[in-house]
Amino acid sequence: MATVIVNNTPVEIGADERLNCIQAAAKIGVEIPAYCWHPALSVVASCRMCLVEVGDKKPDGTVQMQPKLVPGCQTPAKDGTVIISDSPKVQEARKATLEYLLLNHPLDCPTCDQAGECFLQDFSYRYGRGYSRLQEPKNEKPDKDHIGDQITLFTDRCIMCTRCVRFTREISGTSELQVVSRGSHEEIDIFPGHPCDNKLAGNVVDICPVGALCSKDFLYKQRVWWLKTATSVCPNCSTGCSVHVDQNEDHVYRLQPRPNPLAQGHFMCDDGRFGWKYTHSEQRLGSPGLRASGQIVSKDWDSVLQSVRGALKKAAESGANRIGAMISPWMTVEEAWLLCSYLTGLSPKVTLAMGPVRIVGEDDHYPKDVKGRAVEPVTFTIRAEKCPNRAGVELVLKHFVKEVIPAEELLRLAASGQFKAVWLVGGDPDGWISELQAEAFSTTDTVIVQDFLPSPVIRHATHLLASGTFVEREGVFVNHRGLAQLIQKAVRSPDDARPDHRILWDLAERRGLFNGDALRKEISEAVPSLALLANSSLAENGVILR
Amino acid sequence: MAVFEPVLLARINRPDSATLKSYQADGGYARLKEILSMAPADVTNIVKDSGLRGRGGAGFPCGLKWTFLPKDHPGPIYLCINADESEPGTFNNRILMEKDPHQLIEGIMIACHAIRSSNAYLYLRYEYGTSYRALDAAVKECYGAGLLGKNILGTGFNLDIVLHRGAGAYICGEETGLIESLEGKRAWPRIKPPFPAIEGLFRKPTIVNNVETLCCVTQILKRGKEWFQSIGVPPDPANPRDPGSYGPKLYCVSGHVNKPCCVELPLGVTARELIEEHAGGVWKGRKVKAVVPGGISMGFLSAAELDTKLDFAGPGKAGCLGLGTAAVVVVDDQTSMVDVLYNCCRFMSHESCGQCTPCREGTSWMTRILERIRAGQGKVEDLNLLTEVAGSMGIIPGTTICGLSDGAAWPVKNAISKFRSEFEEYITSRRASVTSAQRLMAAH
Repeated sequence: MATVIVNNTPVEIGADERLNCIQAAAKIGVEIPAYCWHPALSVVASCRMCLVEVGDKKPDGTVQMQPKLVPGCQTPAKDGTVIISDSPKVQEARKATLEYLLLNHPLDCPTCDQAGECFLQDFSYRYGRGYSRLQEPKNEKPDKDHIGDQITLFTDRCIMCTRCVRFTREISGTSELQVVSRGSHEEIDIFPGHPCDNKLAGNVVDICPVGALCSKDFLYKQRVWWLKTATSVCPNCSTGCSVHVDQNEDHVYRLQPRPNPLAQGHFMCDDGRFGWKYTHSEQRLGSPGLRASGQIVSKDWDSVLQSVRGALKKAAESGANRIGAMISPWMTVEEAWLLCSYLTGLSPKVTLAMGPVRIVGEDDHYPKDVKGRAVEPVTFTIRAEKCPNRAGVELVLKHFVKEVIPAEELLRLAASGQFKAVWLVGGDPDGWISELQAEAFSTTDTVIVQDFLPSPVIRHATHLLASGTFVEREGVFVNHRGLAQLIQKAVRSPDDARPDHRILWDLAERRGLFNGDALRKEISEAVPSLALLANSSLAENGVILR
Repeated sequence: MAVFEPVLLARINRPDSATLKSYQADGGYARLKEILSMAPADVTNIVKDSGLRGRGGAGFPCGLKWTFLPKDHPGPIYLCINADESEPGTFNNRILMEKDPHQLIEGIMIACHAIRSSNAYLYLRYEYGTSYRALDAAVKECYGAGLLGKNILGTGFNLDIVLHRGAGAYICGEETGLIESLEGKRAWPRIKPPFPAIEGLFRKPTIVNNVETLCCVTQILKRGKEWFQSIGVPPDPANPRDPGSYGPKLYCVSGHVNKPCCVELPLGVTARELIEEHAGGVWKGRKVKAVVPGGISMGFLSAAELDTKLDFAGPGKAGCLGLGTAAVVVVDDQTSMVDVLYNCCRFMSHESCGQCTPCREGTSWMTRILERIRAGQGKVEDLNLLTEVAGSMGIIPGTTICGLSDGAAWPVKNAISKFRSEFEEYITSRRASVTSAQRLMAAH
């Protein structure tokens, strides 16, 4: 155990922790401001914002301070290191650095997307001098719209921290961004004809501490202080990146990665970052319905659920194994649990199948070399398995049935006339059933479809349950390595659609509103492999089940 | 006192002084076999004991630097020769390389033997075409004569020298900037630690030495450390941390003098002696106003400080940054210090690599303030602002990675503190000479 002294307060550091002064001070809530330093990138110590006074406490108790200021990012915190971050000398240095950074900055906060979450604003407010003594004209630098398909660069706002350059060199490996020119005329740029369009490119917008790199998708859509944030998990592949969902008035505006050492680290891919647009699709199923004279007719939820219960009861009474269900890998653990326990409660023998698990290509590893080949050590992986919760749904299914059958097997059984009633849960926005596959249900008496987008199988549906996307639901996703993470409801479902957890809660005629905590407790007691779901750390970084 | 006989420059006036034949005729490479047979540590000790301090600007003890290499390092160790002579006013390496390249190559061989390196990279300023051709020819001669390559002179010592021409940036003369540039990257100085002796070129232990330093190494091994210590200034007994300033030094005198020259003298000569005895005095019969002691980044000596000894400690005592490259630039009394300072600032602002915030923004801000003052828009308070900006940047306060901005700050600090009344007068008279309407126009 090592002890570091931060502003006269001792801080304990674990034996295997390798921290710099910024991280050591953060342990007791002391902020050492920094721009160029990022925990996932190499240290360059060039912004000079994190300057602190550092010294050594000798065994005899005397403290020897270094005469110079040193960058906190570059200085390791060791046993006996004394860090002073609040002396007049440090405050003067911060004031000077901020004045320098703002010399050529256009101060266009009113039209800048970053305003409200900008480190230049925050640190100027906390540590700056409040005015500039520059009387000369500022440098003018051209905006660069050509940096990438999703990225634009407001060159004059840039503070040359080079986080973005290091990201493309160290994390994506694609090295599109670089510094050109010299001195105060420096700019970030690309090689002509080689824009920053790699699949991790959107991250440079997040790591930009100021408003220089902006997302074209989000640009001028919202002021950030209007946004409400929910923690969630990206559902687009089984990596399960921890994310923040930012919304305003039930409209999602952006997804941002939420640093999580147990999940993906600090970043996310652009497939996931921009892959939420379907949640506001014009095609969304807006209300539940029942088939009447060949047409799906909108009905209220009570009558539809009543009809569903009746049809399933009838099917259960007609004999053993007359009910089949396709449990989607896009459902949460709770939703799968609610549906499976309801169906198995009707009939001791039902067929439960894992919904279609879409695999696209192979796992895509980063960083890449110049020829696009992945190189070790891997910094980020976009997985081929394009669904969020195959692992979690599998654990639930195994609790209820001996053997989990794949979707194809259920289709075969349905085509052979095995079932009187089937319950099909969709959830994959890129399609989960083909025209041909849907024909398997053409002769089934009761076809209950729970989905949020139209699909070929709706042609045969007798009951339609308009459900919600991941931003409307609450529950647990389990990623490829068994990490269970909580997704929070960010927005309300459109029209009369309802999030799946609520539909299934009401179906089971449970009392009151959906209660996730109670449900997770119930699951954790019933299923040993899911026992950790009741763990309180689930809401933070999640828990690893295996 | 006997007249000092040049040693480093002894051969420059011989015809064909750059050829191997001529160098060997003057006793060059004569003891090389013997030196290469000595234990490397013994060679290092001789250099260390001689008190040789680096001639590139910082004056770090050369032998001591060599001992910082990791002991028994299994992989390659590199020597980089800093020939990116880019400090304004400096032209001594150029003469050494053009006129006597073999003296340098012998120094490289000795240094590589001492640090157990078999790869030397000579980083040459691009503009030095003549130096390149002289060095290239000399290196080829050495390969032909078995003085470079494998098993040199049967001693089992291998050495290859690679000549690399830079692409012309001041910052490439900073040792880690040089290493980055040599690796093919943007010459952004590295953060230290690790120092190059631990992790340098291609992440391997590396020593970076100046051309003149290595020429001194040749002479120390040839003439002995006692000879070297008989020249120059011994340590100040009052200052236990002063290693002294031993040996000969090439002084470059330029600016407003009758006879600009590069002259070899014992360390410790005064600025007055250099100007009056070696450079033929100030031109046009004028007087000295200011003298740059060692390249513009060292600051200024005023006319009253001309008797400052130009050794490693002298300029510091007079408020300058140090001896630097011993490039003495003379400013006559008809020249405005505002113009001189503006020129210094413009250079530093142009050459700032742009990595650290204080240097990137500070150098350009100081230039713009001086531009404004020159346009008649200045105020006397601007001098305080200039001093404050200059005081906030550099490795001395700890706000930058390398020393470039110390070099940018020192001329400003010196000029304003030593010539303040001239600045104030300039600002007031310039301001009075432009109308308020002109001031308004210039402001937009």
